[in-house]
Amino acid sequence: MVPAARSVRGRNSHKPKTRKLMQMLDAGPADETLLEVSNIEVIYNHVILVLKGVSLKVPKGGITALLGGNGAGKTTTLKAISNLLHSERGEVTKGSITYRGERVQDLAPADLVQKGVIQVMEGRHCFEHLTVEENLMTGAYTRKDGKGAIDADLEMVYNYFPRLRERRRSQAGYTSGGEQQMVAIGRAIMSRPETILLDEPSMGLAPQLVEEIFNIVKNLNEKEGATFLLAEQNTNVALRFAHYGYILESGRVVMDGPAADLRENPDVKEFYLGMSEEGRKSFRDVRSYRRRKRWLS
Amino acid sequence: MPTQLLFGTEVLLNGLMAGVLYALVALGFVLIYKASGIFNYAQGVMALFAALTLVGFMDGQVPFSHLINAVLGTDIHHFGWHINGFVSIILTMGMMIVLAYCVQRFVFRHLIGQEPIILFMATIGLAYFMEGFGDLMWGSDIKKLDVGLPQGGSFWIEENTQWLGFGNENFFGFFIDKLDIVATVIAAILVIVLVLFSQYTKQGRAMRAVADDHQAALSVGVSLNFIWVMVWSVAGFVALVAGIMWGAKSGVQFSLSLIALKALPVLMLGGFTSIPGAIVGGLIIGVGEKLFEFTVGPLVGGATENWFAYVLALLFLVFRPQGLFGEKIIERV
Repeated sequence: MVPAARSVRGRNSHKPKTRKLMQMLDAGPADETLLEVSNIEVIYNHVILVLKGVSLKVPKGGITALLGGNGAGKTTTLKAISNLLHSERGEVTKGSITYRGERVQDLAPADLVQKGVIQVMEGRHCFEHLTVEENLMTGAYTRKDGKGAIDADLEMVYNYFPRLRERRRSQAGYTSGGEQQMVAIGRAIMSRPETILLDEPSMGLAPQLVEEIFNIVKNLNEKEGATFLLAEQNTNVALRFAHYGYILESGRVVMDGPAADLRENPDVKEFYLGMSEEGRKSFRDVRSYRRRKRWLS
Repeated sequence: MPTQLLFGTEVLLNGLMAGVLYALVALGFVLIYKASGIFNYAQGVMALFAALTLVGFMDGQVPFSHLINAVLGTDIHHFGWHINGFVSIILTMGMMIVLAYCVQRFVFRHLIGQEPIILFMATIGLAYFMEGFGDLMWGSDIKKLDVGLPQGGSFWIEENTQWLGFGNENFFGFFIDKLDIVATVIAAILVIVLVLFSQYTKQGRAMRAVADDHQAALSVGVSLNFIWVMVWSVAGFVALVAGIMWGAKSGVQFSLSLIALKALPVLMLGGFTSIPGAIVGGLIIGVGEKLFEFTVGPLVGGATENWFAYVLALLFLVFRPQGLFGEKIIERV
């Protein structure tokens, strides 16, 4: 009885919201650029140059993927956008980051959240000693639109992640890795963001769970109109769900294009998807100078 | 009832009351440690500073009067008015909030992301700065603090417990200081309010979130600076309450800042991260050291109160390092 009643309330409560989002989507052109990063350079600790001129555009309502191996600079790019670099002694020394045409790189993270950009950090980062529901509620910290709207969104998050409803009273630290990733994403949704920066959602999760999480991301994108910028090592999955992709290698964008094109690109196939014309091939056989030559040609 | 048992009970009750005061100081430590991971060595000095400021306001003392007189050759010490105790407490609280803001703005904002040991060193510096600043501002003489709290033994309790002696001529009823009773009640209210605040308000939840994970809290839009100013203000308020209680008991003087050292064993017992732990730890230390003095003290020549708490803390460090109520470290693999 009770779950049925709940889901009915949930459906009712997010209907008006969907309508509002539809109106918002109708209002602007679909290819409007929300976030633009142009030629940024990031230095940690005043000496370590991590990003050497990264540029990218995130269109409204799309899923944009940022791909690359360990240390390529994906996380740093996301943190530069969300202004979380300062607490790690990093700073953007060159280039600019604009959101809706407005320069945002000197804002505090909290101001950016209010503008509608929120980051889901790599490695989940739940508040371990808070319950699942308290974790979700912290996402609504910057909101000022009243308890009713917040409760409605909580209901919406529970509808997207039914597992979290079951575990709403347990301490987040004791939930499974997949559930923690759901908490982290759900928490970000609670701030009612326009753009979500999602860092490595597949990290340390079983393939089935990765699929589940990505499907939810796709749903959120299609039904709620949320824009995603996604950093991911799992190129295969990311390119299946994303619309556009950028490939980073040691702090530079080496290639970009629509996800469908990237999937068919022989270099991407060879270096990131582990396939080549001659069939599967070990990554060890690919000499690095050859890789570099082919990227640059 | 045998006399020994009656006296033992009286010692126990007095120990509980003393424990409440230890707990009050420990509480201030726990609050800041939980929210920012900073072990605030200056908590005791904050209590001293709060008490000094309170006395200064109540007596209408001119701040920095010694400095002013030395520079300008004048001889002013008092404004000549007296401010009501309650109003003074509110003014002092305002002062503690300003202090919290300054500490955040001028010290810890520049140390975000530093090692805990560096933050700890900064609080030591802060402690010495505030001690000197308090002296400079209000003078270093011992002051009497009287905000109108009842003091002295309660005759009512003495008369109404005399029958417990069943005609024993050596027993005149329990002797309990009224100030201790007031302190207990106030501490209880304070703890209840703090727990309600941290569990059920948005700011309280954000405070706990910051305690768990700074970066994640930043990422959801919690302003660390705001939360830390808030936490230092709350700790300042707790310090003020502790300062009033200890000041009323033993006068406002430098040694007030040393009670902070008594809070250390309390924290080791109760756990650095637990509000209930600070309370229970305080009570255990208070009762423990009084009872130990009463039972074992005569056999070893007394003065056990000076070391009992620390030895107990040492034992705890060996067998249960996180304390009685400390948060278990959740680690999933």
